[in-house]
Amino acid sequence: MLTQEQAGEIFRRIREYSTADEVEVIFYGGKSALTRFANNVIHQNVAEENYGVSVRTVFDGKTARATTNRLDDESLQRVVRSSESLAKVQHPDPDLLPVAAADACAPQESRSRYFDATASITPEERADAVGKIVHRAKQHKLITAGIFSTSESIEGIFNSSGLSRWHQQTSAEISITMLGTDSSGWQKANSPDVTKLDATKLGEIAAIKAEKSAKPQEVPPGKYMVILEPAAVLDIAGFMFWDFSGLAVLDQRSFLNDRVGKKLFGDNINIWDDANHPLQSGSPFDGEGVRRQRVQLVKNGVVERLVYARATAEKMQKSEHAGKVGLIEATGHGFALPNEMGEAPMNIVFEPAEPTQTIEQMVASTERGIYVTRLWYIREVDPYEKILTGMTRDGTFLIEDGRIRHGLRNFRFNESLLKMLSNVEAMSEPVRASGEESFDMVAPAMKVRDFNFTEVTKF
Amino acid sequence: MKSIADWALNVAEQRGASYADLRIVEDRSRSLSTKNGKVGAASQAESLGIGIRVIANGAWGFAATDDLSRAGVEAAAARAVEIARASARVKEEDVRLAPEKAVTAEWLSAIEKDPFATSVEQNIDLLLRVDAELRAVVGVTLAEANMNFRREEQWFYSSVGADIHQTKYTTGAGYAAYAFEGGEIQKRSYPNSFGGQWQNRGYELIEEMNLVENARRVGEEAVALLKADQCPEGVFDLILDGTQLGLQIHESVGHPIELDRVLGMEANFAGTSFLTLDKLRNLRYGSDLVNVVADARAEHGPGLGTFGFDDEGVPAQCVPIITNGEFTGYLSSRETAHTIGETRSGGMVRAEGWNRLPMIRMTNVSIVPGEKRLTRAQLIADTDHAIEMETNKSWSIDDKRYNFQFSCEMGWEIKGGKRVRMLKNPSYSGITTEFWNAMDAICSRDEWVLWGTPNCGKGQPQQVMGTGHGASPARFRKIKIGSAYKGN
Repeated sequence: MLTQEQAGEIFRRIREYSTADEVEVIFYGGKSALTRFANNVIHQNVAEENYGVSVRTVFDGKTARATTNRLDDESLQRVVRSSESLAKVQHPDPDLLPVAAADACAPQESRSRYFDATASITPEERADAVGKIVHRAKQHKLITAGIFSTSESIEGIFNSSGLSRWHQQTSAEISITMLGTDSSGWQKANSPDVTKLDATKLGEIAAIKAEKSAKPQEVPPGKYMVILEPAAVLDIAGFMFWDFSGLAVLDQRSFLNDRVGKKLFGDNINIWDDANHPLQSGSPFDGEGVRRQRVQLVKNGVVERLVYARATAEKMQKSEHAGKVGLIEATGHGFALPNEMGEAPMNIVFEPAEPTQTIEQMVASTERGIYVTRLWYIREVDPYEKILTGMTRDGTFLIEDGRIRHGLRNFRFNESLLKMLSNVEAMSEPVRASGEESFDMVAPAMKVRDFNFTEVTKF
Repeated sequence: MKSIADWALNVAEQRGASYADLRIVEDRSRSLSTKNGKVGAASQAESLGIGIRVIANGAWGFAATDDLSRAGVEAAAARAVEIARASARVKEEDVRLAPEKAVTAEWLSAIEKDPFATSVEQNIDLLLRVDAELRAVVGVTLAEANMNFRREEQWFYSSVGADIHQTKYTTGAGYAAYAFEGGEIQKRSYPNSFGGQWQNRGYELIEEMNLVENARRVGEEAVALLKADQCPEGVFDLILDGTQLGLQIHESVGHPIELDRVLGMEANFAGTSFLTLDKLRNLRYGSDLVNVVADARAEHGPGLGTFGFDDEGVPAQCVPIITNGEFTGYLSSRETAHTIGETRSGGMVRAEGWNRLPMIRMTNVSIVPGEKRLTRAQLIADTDHAIEMETNKSWSIDDKRYNFQFSCEMGWEIKGGKRVRMLKNPSYSGITTEFWNAMDAICSRDEWVLWGTPNCGKGQPQQVMGTGHGASPARFRKIKIGSAYKGN
């Protein structure tokens, strides 16, 4: 792994080569491996090691970036020249700030997210875990497909004001699909610590979903009470958090245009962005090296605040929106400069709604409804009403009289997130959840009334 | 590069690999964008590395590294073999590869103007002129434009003697105008949404797109949509423009014909396919007018799926996918060809970069234009009552590729052969084979454009790939329209 000391030495050389007013260098990369299986065999199995530097230079308010994964002297000189030549031909940006100061918003000591057990796992150990999943599939007379991946990665940022930030972490993930002749089930989990993942247990949950959803029946589309597992909640809810960017509101491309401070969701919706939450992962600083603050985005259904990169905060303060969008300050959510997106909260944590309910309690209290384990191919239909479409997948069930009765053919939904989060009747204790459409979150299962299914597919 | 390859191939052989191939890829890109009169992003990037793929104990292993020193390359080759041996702990039968003659070859994208030889000032000036035109329209609240160039140089070697050197250029550009008013956001894009038009060409593509000339109209359409009527809900005839038809092909033909997906290899993420093996030459996919090919050859055009050889060293080919409405072919690889009775791969395997495993990807999956001359204007004139839609806004399809729903940026109601009113928020949905069987007209070659989709995701770890889709406007009878807003 590239170390902070090695990165510091590379940064020193880059500064030597550069004639720019200011220099900022981002380091990225690491080692990763992924064992992929399908049809009860390992069919793809890969490993990668790669590191790179991304150099941003600044001349008289003009900035640009160049990136390379070649760290020899000649390549570093070339990437500096590339960044500088690109920067010099830009138009001056009146909104560009000096690079972040070394002592400004220094990150707190972050929780350890690096585990030797994850970093040292071997291909044989991953294969043996897959073997256990396959064994479980065969016991259930099912076919399995999925992944077991592990990685260790670094993220660093240095600038000419003396700022120096470094983050190192590991990650492990298992995702399992079990397939029957006319049904399927899915379960996924990830953690920085591979010892927290139980491949056999995850495989068993997926297998039970596949078995219980066999011989799916069709019920007509319409508005139903639904119970969404946490992965389904995060996959659909994740589509709104890009709009909590200050720049998105300044650009008038956010569904929060003219809506900050208004009650958009139910009283029971409280959402934070919190990079330091014990169930969260990622670095404690943003693309400029600024500490990620804990920010309450939604309080009792009211949109409280947006998040800001440094420049966006300054711009918002001077805009017509100042005074209408809550507290404005750099919150440590900026992307690497230059960019068009500004910032976004990426460490979402749903606050537990007291009293929480278990999924079993939610099912038991449901007279008739649909139980959804996974959503798929979610896309935005309407950007302001936040209507999203997508499909259910890998285990959809009918609930009647407080019990899961049988599997169902999959539905297409067209649902407004504003309505969905206003119709939440119950939530489970939030857990670290991982889906496919959005970034990982700490999210609960939700029981939602009047969820809008518009079509049924053929399986 | 040959000596680097030899280091890897020798170690793979010494460690017991029965087959090995590798790709050394040098990648260079320029990415520029503007937003509301300012440069949004300005970056250049380069990357160099090697990906080594081996079969040992009858199973696959792959390792990639950015370290091209002898020690780095040999360690990566050894790692690939170690991984393959681990794979063999969970296998049922050995990997079988369809034979392919090893060749020595050179291939280069046909470009007229090297995009990297154009100045950044020139690129930004063009984008800012577009930006100014868009924002000259009262009511446009956000203008975004982008331009991207990429050059990929790849050296492919295999343990059976292949030595293929290919250089590919990709150029893309486009823009969008947004209008926000009264609790509504509308958007228009040119020449296509999600990045514009992309092809394996040089700067000549940018010059041919008439970017500035179309900007005022695009801005005006974004604002006009705010006042337009909502698209009605019901069953109507439907006319799609070529950009939307290209995406329709991508989602409801291109993905379901991927043989790895059909065989369950993508079941955990991208999904499977309704096109089970029994359906080959045994399914009426569409009406007699529907003819689709997967064509990677240069003569098909400079699409994002055009190349000389795929990433298994198989030459570019044209495979008939749908012939007069009948389903006739899959996208295949050396590993999967035997499952459909073929003795040779269709040559459709590509990787995103040096650090990713090659897998089955769409090449240029295109619909063949109508033989009789039919322009879009003539198609509209020939239509009594229909909804016309253009430029994709959102797309979604189930994990077997049956049920889809698409929304477009702008629609028109056609009555008596004429556009009678603009419609906002148009959408349509259906079941794949029912939809293609409803096609009763397709415009001719004069309206056919080879569109580029630069953002096709597949695989774990996910790989993003460019694909090509030739299409001309077409008409479909009795399609479900407008259900995206039903109940909301």
